[in-house]
Amino acid sequence: MSAMTLSQALNSAMDVMLGKDENVLLMGEDVGYFGGVFRCTEGLQRKYGARRVLDTPLSEGGIVGAAIGMGVYGLRPVVEIQFADYSYPAFDQLASEAARLRYRSAGEFWSALTVRTPYGGGIYGGQTHSQSPEALFTHVCGLKTVVPSNPYDAKGLLISSIEDDDPIIFLEPKRLYAGPFDGHHDRPATSWEGHPHSEVPDGHYRVPLGKAKIARPGSAVTVLAYGTMVHVAIAAAQDSGVDAEVIDLRTLIPLDLDTIVASVKKTGRCVVVHEATLTCGYGAELVALVQQHCFYWLEAPIERVAGWDTPYPYAFEWDYFPGPKRVGAALVKAAEAKP
Amino acid sequence: MNEAKPIHSLQPAKPALSLHIPEPKFRPGQKVDFSGLRIAKPGEVRRPPIDVAPQEIRDLADAIIRVMDDEGGAVGPWDPQLSAEEMRRALRYMMTTRAYDDRMLRAQRQGKTSFYIKCTGEEAIGVGQSMALAPGDMMFPTYRQPGLLIAREWSLYDMACQCFANAGDRMKGRQLPVLYSVPQEGFFTISGNLATQFIQAVGWAMASAYRGDSRIAAGWIGDGATAEGDFHYALTFAAVYRAPVILNVVNNQWAISTFQGFAGGENATFADRAIGYGLPGLRVDGNDLLAVIAVTRWAAERARANLGATLIEFVTYRAAAHSTSDDPSRYRPADEWEHWPLGDPIPRLKQHLIACGEWSEARHTQLGAEVEDEVQSAAKKAEALGVLGKGEQHPAETMFEDVYREMPPHLKRQREEFRALK
Repeated sequence: MSAMTLSQALNSAMDVMLGKDENVLLMGEDVGYFGGVFRCTEGLQRKYGARRVLDTPLSEGGIVGAAIGMGVYGLRPVVEIQFADYSYPAFDQLASEAARLRYRSAGEFWSALTVRTPYGGGIYGGQTHSQSPEALFTHVCGLKTVVPSNPYDAKGLLISSIEDDDPIIFLEPKRLYAGPFDGHHDRPATSWEGHPHSEVPDGHYRVPLGKAKIARPGSAVTVLAYGTMVHVAIAAAQDSGVDAEVIDLRTLIPLDLDTIVASVKKTGRCVVVHEATLTCGYGAELVALVQQHCFYWLEAPIERVAGWDTPYPYAFEWDYFPGPKRVGAALVKAAEAKP
Repeated sequence: MNEAKPIHSLQPAKPALSLHIPEPKFRPGQKVDFSGLRIAKPGEVRRPPIDVAPQEIRDLADAIIRVMDDEGGAVGPWDPQLSAEEMRRALRYMMTTRAYDDRMLRAQRQGKTSFYIKCTGEEAIGVGQSMALAPGDMMFPTYRQPGLLIAREWSLYDMACQCFANAGDRMKGRQLPVLYSVPQEGFFTISGNLATQFIQAVGWAMASAYRGDSRIAAGWIGDGATAEGDFHYALTFAAVYRAPVILNVVNNQWAISTFQGFAGGENATFADRAIGYGLPGLRVDGNDLLAVIAVTRWAAERARANLGATLIEFVTYRAAAHSTSDDPSRYRPADEWEHWPLGDPIPRLKQHLIACGEWSEARHTQLGAEVEDEVQSAAKKAEALGVLGKGEQHPAETMFEDVYREMPPHLKRQREEFRALK
């Protein structure tokens, strides 16, 4: 076991997989010699060589398209798209190709591809370095979408993703790379040091895809969250005094509906949170599922807290970010609603 | 792994195939030596007539058009014959651009803004091309051509307000610093995404031709971003419709940490890309202000004469970091720029003006002090109004505006919700 930041845990996952399987290779813009703009691949080119940790042309469609071809050959490429906001030039390759090879060939072809990409706000990245596009990917049949919230899960989920035979979108909450962040931007930044989930096994282990985790047990309200918002939701429960049960979904597709339903049936109340814009966000799917499966147990309307339906405004980061104050207000509203 | 894949019956070829991985010439700690770089002598590249057939000037895509020689002379057919007054203005704009960059970088270090991008070493391109284009022409820049605005004598105060996202920022705090937008000067709103503007410049030019207008467009892109699909869309559309557009590739050698070999620069020049599309491609010394103006005028005349688009590669060097978010000494020798064989555009033009008898060390020092004052006073005035998160800001609720022309009901509801939180 070692204490790791989230970026170190991801680095460790890639290190383990590069060491274990010659078919695993990394590629992306600035990932090789430089070690990635967020340092997630630091040292890996030195250790495994420029052939296995490839710097690429600045071409997201090219990176993903090439990785699909490599996957068809039988390699397990792990590509980095420098910011999730830059995934759009690769969208055709992801949505029309990676996601459908297996289906259109009735299982004769597939490509085991993992696309790692930092998402979300909190670093003053403006509208082109802050987006949360998960719903675009979860809407594409054939892609799996994974979002870790801490170093331990990040490593185990990334290993599971690399070993999975379906194309994976692995969204990394960039504000969590160096330390947990609960949305209290006016407080000093914290590091992962001493955090219980920063103790990470050095070797190979998996965190299974499709299994949520209860990040904070509680009885009053169920909060469905992933990525950075898990930490925000826990802080909101603390600040508001509402005994919320915070579920860290970890994988959006496939989704662990059983854990969600069990919790909502227990609390009778539900709040869904994400950084992404509200309308047609992944939260809408969660709300639909909860009402379908828990309707007779619900004692209050399901609340959603999300990014406003605007591009991410550079200077108004903290007016935009759905922080603990907004989430806390939704917890109180859901907890106090009388049927 | 839940499925085994039936492909690992390797077919042992003789010899076994291997993957080529480009490597930059020099890495940190290595001695920089550009003596092997093939560079045409100033004045040696021919200047064809503007109606030349693209296939007759394929050699110009591999040459480097240069005008200023090492002794301060201006030689050869590409000499744009600028007046001394024009050259002094160009010098002033380049020095202003550099002083502004230095001032804003300091402001970033002081926490007055979160981010900044310099264009150090590349000033001749923005400044020269802006001077060569006509008012009314439309420019689709990247974030590394502030000289386009400075050469139009656009307000430094306005630019600084954008970087500080204060109440004077016409972008209302919505964009990262340096992503300016100045329609008054034909300066298109800069995207934080790369390459997207390149094909849009072609579209604007197509529209101008469609309407029988006389204005042309120009687009800029970096060497790295030529690997994006948008670059190839642009060349295809520009060639197919003979769009009146100048397509500029600023080859500053580095895309963050990635050297231009990863954009295909090892195998062909970026100007060579033009050849496959049937476009004229020119390769130019981007640190030679006179050459920059000359080739831009050539391409502009060609576009205005309905002869279509030109691709120009400007060979230059990104002297500063990509942005305040990276440290270039981690991936290239810290002194690489000092060895760059095409030098620094500012001293080069200064030397030429002195050789012409139109400038002196004393006047240069005085000009340096003048532009420093001008930049200081603009930056101070902008800082006094507000810096990121402090002082006078636009109201945060303006973030709900301009998503659509008219605010739809769901955004009005969200704005109400936002107001109630305050």
